[in-house]
Amino acid sequence: DYDLIIIGGGSGGLACSKEAATLGKKVMVLDYVVPTPLGTSWGLGGTCVNVGCIPKKLMHQAALLGQALQDSRKYGWQYEEQVKHNWEIMVEAIQNYIGSLNWGYRVSLREKSVTYLNSYGEFIEPHKIKVCTIKGQVTYHTAETFVLATGERPRYLGIPGDKEYCITSDDLFSLPYCPGKTLVVGASYVALECAGFLAGLGLDVTVMVRSILLRGFDQEMAEKVGAYMETHGVKFIRKFVPIQAKEGMPGRLKVTAKSTEGPEIFEEEYNTVLIAIGRDACTRNIGLETIGVNINEKNGKVPVNDEEQTNVPYVYAIGDILDGKLELTPVAIQAGRLLARRLYGGSSTKCDYINVPTTVFTPLEYGSCGLAEERAIEEYGKQNLEVYHTLFWPLEWTVPGRDNNTCYAKIICNKHDNNRVIGFHVLGPNAGEVTQGFAAAIKCGLTKELLDETIGIHPTCAEVFTTMDITKASGQDITQRGC
Amino acid sequence: GKNEYDLLVIGGGSGGLACAKEAAQFGRKVAVLDCVEPSPQGTKWGLGGTCVNVGCIPKKLMHQAALLGGALKDAQHYGWNIAQPVHHTWSVMAQAVQNYVKSLNWGHRVQLQDKKVKYFNMKGSFSDPHTIRGLTKAGKETFVTAENIVIATGGRPKYPIHVAGALEYGITSDDLFWLKESPGKTLTPFVFNVSLECAGFLTGIGLDTTVMMRSIPLRGFDQQMASLVTEHMESYGTKFLKRCFPTKVEKLEGNRLHVTWKNTDLGTEETDSFDTVMWAVGRAPDTETLNLETVGVKTNSETGKIVVDAREATSVPHIYAIGDITEGRPELTPTAIAAGKLLARRLFGQSSELMDYDNVPTTVFTPLEYGCVGLSEEAAVRCYGSDNVEVYHAYYKPLEFTVAERDATQCYIKMVCLRESEQRILGLHFIGPNAGEVIQGFALGIKCGATYPQLMKTIGIHPTCAEEITKLHITKRSGLDATVTGC
Repeated sequence: DYDLIIIGGGSGGLACSKEAATLGKKVMVLDYVVPTPLGTSWGLGGTCVNVGCIPKKLMHQAALLGQALQDSRKYGWQYEEQVKHNWEIMVEAIQNYIGSLNWGYRVSLREKSVTYLNSYGEFIEPHKIKVCTIKGQVTYHTAETFVLATGERPRYLGIPGDKEYCITSDDLFSLPYCPGKTLVVGASYVALECAGFLAGLGLDVTVMVRSILLRGFDQEMAEKVGAYMETHGVKFIRKFVPIQAKEGMPGRLKVTAKSTEGPEIFEEEYNTVLIAIGRDACTRNIGLETIGVNINEKNGKVPVNDEEQTNVPYVYAIGDILDGKLELTPVAIQAGRLLARRLYGGSSTKCDYINVPTTVFTPLEYGSCGLAEERAIEEYGKQNLEVYHTLFWPLEWTVPGRDNNTCYAKIICNKHDNNRVIGFHVLGPNAGEVTQGFAAAIKCGLTKELLDETIGIHPTCAEVFTTMDITKASGQDITQRGC
Repeated sequence: GKNEYDLLVIGGGSGGLACAKEAAQFGRKVAVLDCVEPSPQGTKWGLGGTCVNVGCIPKKLMHQAALLGGALKDAQHYGWNIAQPVHHTWSVMAQAVQNYVKSLNWGHRVQLQDKKVKYFNMKGSFSDPHTIRGLTKAGKETFVTAENIVIATGGRPKYPIHVAGALEYGITSDDLFWLKESPGKTLTPFVFNVSLECAGFLTGIGLDTTVMMRSIPLRGFDQQMASLVTEHMESYGTKFLKRCFPTKVEKLEGNRLHVTWKNTDLGTEETDSFDTVMWAVGRAPDTETLNLETVGVKTNSETGKIVVDAREATSVPHIYAIGDITEGRPELTPTAIAAGKLLARRLFGQSSELMDYDNVPTTVFTPLEYGCVGLSEEAAVRCYGSDNVEVYHAYYKPLEFTVAERDATQCYIKMVCLRESEQRILGLHFIGPNAGEVIQGFALGIKCGATYPQLMKTIGIHPTCAEEITKLHITKRSGLDATVTGC
């Protein structure tokens, strides 16, 4: 009955559906949120809008404003010493905004004549899905083409008490009460971003890390991100894993953890335990086996070719569920749009997954594009690379006397290709805003020479990249002393 | 006889210091003369030039103070409870800013020492082509000879000479940043961005501020963007007296200033009283006392600026000029620094690299910032014809404005491209928070010859304001609504 049915109304799914509808096709989108163990659920829009990028950045902003309040006194602003943060006011404001986005999506699907079902769908035979509403009604729909865009959900620890007592990012952003003294388990960017803003709002936060921070990211930068958080009051317990969570004193949870290197046991009580150890693809219960779509058994993700096609020709997949691709909203949106244009618009443009920029919105933000230093060394060999780096002090931090010689910029160049920039890393305020333009430049073949020839905008943080002379190889001191 | 120095730089500002330090790296004997003539109001400052003392640095810090005032308001929407009243104390801010600037003055002196550059706190003038006469404040005279001389004396704010009382009672940006007491109710009659930036932060810290302008704001900048900037300032609380020009300033009892102006629209004369009048009618090159005629260095008859070629050389072979004092160059710190460094490398480092003044990015730090690189829309149309220009644009809303319930009406992006198949980007304009940070990387893209399709292939970073640039798809030509909706 449909040209296209998309399972999953998140960033990728919605973008794909709207583009296909614009090209004149009959499209259906299914979106259904299985409630969390605590019962949290949300509306149309997927992870990014409801329990990802959007609420995360807004809470990060709330934390940054807390810092701004402190700075403002040094800049001459005066008000009563006692400033406290009210969690409920913040959550209400954020949830209201998310609600408006959910509504906006419903309206835009309606406007484009995309059929939207707030229901759970699964394949029962080739080209056919069975749809169950919350009330238990069952309907069947067929389509020429299907797109899987079901995304992921947080993984639990698999220890006693995890689902009963612990929360995840799925619950945090709409938590009706302040989380209080919090233990964050994990060292993913989700873990660090959440720990970061919770601490910024004045809460007692501890992060429990099994091994390294921000796996997959440049480790020098990851350690600097962690170091800043530690300097600013976040406690880190490294090389420990929780083995049990249970009720402690009234309103508190007692967590027991074991060292990964010996018999040491750690015990502590918290108001909230937030598990952020990773996310699992939602591919197990949608009938993929029935129609023969292969998934990677280890992680549940779907392998696709460079046109986002699965091993079953009429089934495509986009977004976080893709095996081996980046879990980012803009990537999902781009992939979804281009897929629709290739299917129905006569286009042949494929999604470009190379040099996709990202930003981790920790208290000190980290933006990057291209290769991590260790990856670059692996791929090109250390002797073929030149790494330029520098510390810098944002002008706005001088007056309040904050964190000199903490912000850091690094670029990795390929000596054998005109000193082409193959890795860009910045640790500092507004890292996302800084990184975006450089990502475009890298797409255009940025070299060190072009960086040197470009005039900086003064005074900004970004200009630091136009005057980087010191290489890691030289061993020269990069501490800053003046203008 | 032999010249004492390989290089003598007159003027210890952004350009002069960069040139001197770079030359010293090559093992050359270098000297810098720097001396600040006090302003008519008596304000003076240390080594470092305009940027450090009375330009970019104090301006951005005071702009930050104003932005923090906005942050205080936003914070309450995000759950921070701040007891009213909240007020701003000028002297705390000014003291902090002035202390930081002084630390930079000190830092510069230390750097010159470290690099073995001789520093003379003297006013220089030409005695003959290779000899500079230095005069200390006490009146002591010294003669210094050099093989090569670089003039980098910069500029100073102009006073409107035809306005009675302008000099006696008004101040300029030279004085504003060093005021110990609040300027209070301020009038800024203006032509250039400095005035808009100052008026912006004065409004932001709670002062009653009025901008008076005779014709268009931000001359030389894209005019659509300039109007959005001033529109925002108006909604922000800055008052504007458009198509007016001042005729006289008188002093009232109690130190208030009575200003009279002509309203050219209505043809009437109007008056009001202010605590401070800050002139921002342009800057004049500091060449008066250099004695340039003696050695034959040519200046532009209209602007008074020194005429230089692509190598920064003046009409006299061994005399060069860089920075704000040179004719036809942007008045920006980073261009002065780059020009100074490259000059030193050409003189002493066997380099032949010339300065590239094309596509220099810049940012106006008004309450809602405006960053740009490349051509304005009008310049592109003038150059290529409107049929050959495609303009992509979007009105967007920064995520942080949503919860803060802030008005994003003037948050706007415009990309000017050539219309032919490749669609090379000619100019990029961005109004919004952190405009400088956003534009810098794209300026690099433009240096790499970025085209519109290449930008569209770049994946955005979510959620940021900058990503909206990679999502531009509505053209002005289409007439479609350019408001970004949702994710």
